[in-house]
Amino acid sequence: MLDDFFIRALLAGIGLALVAGPLGSFVVWRRMAYFGDSTAHAAILGVALALAFNLSIYAGTLLVALTMALVVTALVSRGQAMDTVLGVMAHSALAIGLVAISFVPTARSDLSAYLFGDILLVGKTDLLLIWGGSLAVLALLVWRWQRLLTATLNEELAMAAGIDPRFERLVLSIALAIVVALSIRVVGSLLISAILIVPSAAARGLARTPERMAAHASLIAAISVLAGLWSSLHLDTPAGPSIVAAAAAFFAFSLVFRRN
Amino acid sequence: MTALIEAERLTILRPGSTEPVLQDIHFRIDPQEIITVVGPNGSGKSSLVRALLGHMPLASGRIERRRDLRIGYVPQRVQIDTAIPMTVRRFLSLPRRVSDGLAAQALARTGVEGIEKRQLTQLSGGQFQRVLLARALLHDPNLLVLDEPTQGLDQPGIVAFYKLIEEVRRETGAAVLMVSHDLLVVMRASDRVICLNGHICCEGTPQHVSSAPEYRALFGRGSEGTLALYEHHHDHDHDDDCADGAHHHHDHGHHHTEKQRA
Repeated sequence: MLDDFFIRALLAGIGLALVAGPLGSFVVWRRMAYFGDSTAHAAILGVALALAFNLSIYAGTLLVALTMALVVTALVSRGQAMDTVLGVMAHSALAIGLVAISFVPTARSDLSAYLFGDILLVGKTDLLLIWGGSLAVLALLVWRWQRLLTATLNEELAMAAGIDPRFERLVLSIALAIVVALSIRVVGSLLISAILIVPSAAARGLARTPERMAAHASLIAAISVLAGLWSSLHLDTPAGPSIVAAAAAFFAFSLVFRRN
Repeated sequence: MTALIEAERLTILRPGSTEPVLQDIHFRIDPQEIITVVGPNGSGKSSLVRALLGHMPLASGRIERRRDLRIGYVPQRVQIDTAIPMTVRRFLSLPRRVSDGLAAQALARTGVEGIEKRQLTQLSGGQFQRVLLARALLHDPNLLVLDEPTQGLDQPGIVAFYKLIEEVRRETGAAVLMVSHDLLVVMRASDRVICLNGHICCEGTPQHVSSAPEYRALFGRGSEGTLALYEHHHDHDHDDDCADGAHHHHDHGHHHTEKQRA
């Protein structure tokens, strides 16, 4: 069964959808959308480094995404304006990454595979990494759920309960970096934050509690993967963008059927 | 009885600077006491509260907390982002989960029973403050810390909220430490008032503080009649010139004087 590229693509997408729901919800709640974007754009630099030093793509992107997350967190806590820091870091990293990749002759041809992903090329090892990483991040989020949620809702209330909001923020940044690294093959660097944000934004209007919103977001992401892959197979559309477009359709529907 | 919190010679710096927000603060709160901290903006009220809670580093001094101290805290200006769907019931279980029974009981005690399924962002200001208070009461606190709990409430709402605080103190025996700028209303309920402006300007009973020259210097002459008004309202024992004097600034919905004069 795993020998079929389509089944592998489906499983990879669903593995990612599972973690994208809860993590994407935090991105929406904490208004970290732009933060996710910058980390994801920086991942291209990771691809360049991985190709140049013959590392795994996942290791390269994880390294750069983690560094990016930590540097941004540090700069912001030193009083720099968040959106300026992100704007500088995201586009610099993307630009440097694109320049760096041009020096690697073999990578030039399939640059678009890293920018937009190529879920149909997912192999068995990729599948293992995606599911392993996704379940690990999910476990991390479930373990710290109450604390993460309290710190997201109000930092003062969190501190009064003995929770360190800075630490919880760090946990989320690391989780985000891991998921960015996992998604680069599936949706590509430019659309990673879309797979996090769009299903969660669609779920917002349908849910009355944070848990419901996270679960709905995962479900919407999984259905979008299914729809996107179907469209890719039958209409020959690009897979990654089709998945995001399907999620966007959910968002549009959710505006009409909003419950609160 | 030993103090719930006792602090000596606290100095707290403004974050990221060497300039002190508060200097040489001695502070003590005993069981069942209601203390109100008043002071102009930037006088260090919130810093004092945050230091007592252990959220702020001390430049010098020390704070001792009784071993069985359980604090129920209502922070200043809690804003719930509309991006987060959150029912009242779910909110009460953050970060420690509580049973439905306990949640319902806490909501009933603060006068907002039955609103478990409502979204936090759809509550009125008064309802939301009561939900915050209910949450603070959940784990059987012996000290309630309320930082500007009546911000955004109208005058009748403020009066009702302070009444509720007094009731809660009577029922639960919890001490209350409150920061406020509602000088007019707040003092009546307090056992002790601390007037803060970078240091403790004056402290003592409401009567003492409101007549202290330091307090008048901070809050202006308009403040001097206000307490008399409440004292007056409190003991219902007044002669005419006192009542007349009080009447002019009197617009908070108290009808005792009118009735008695009629």
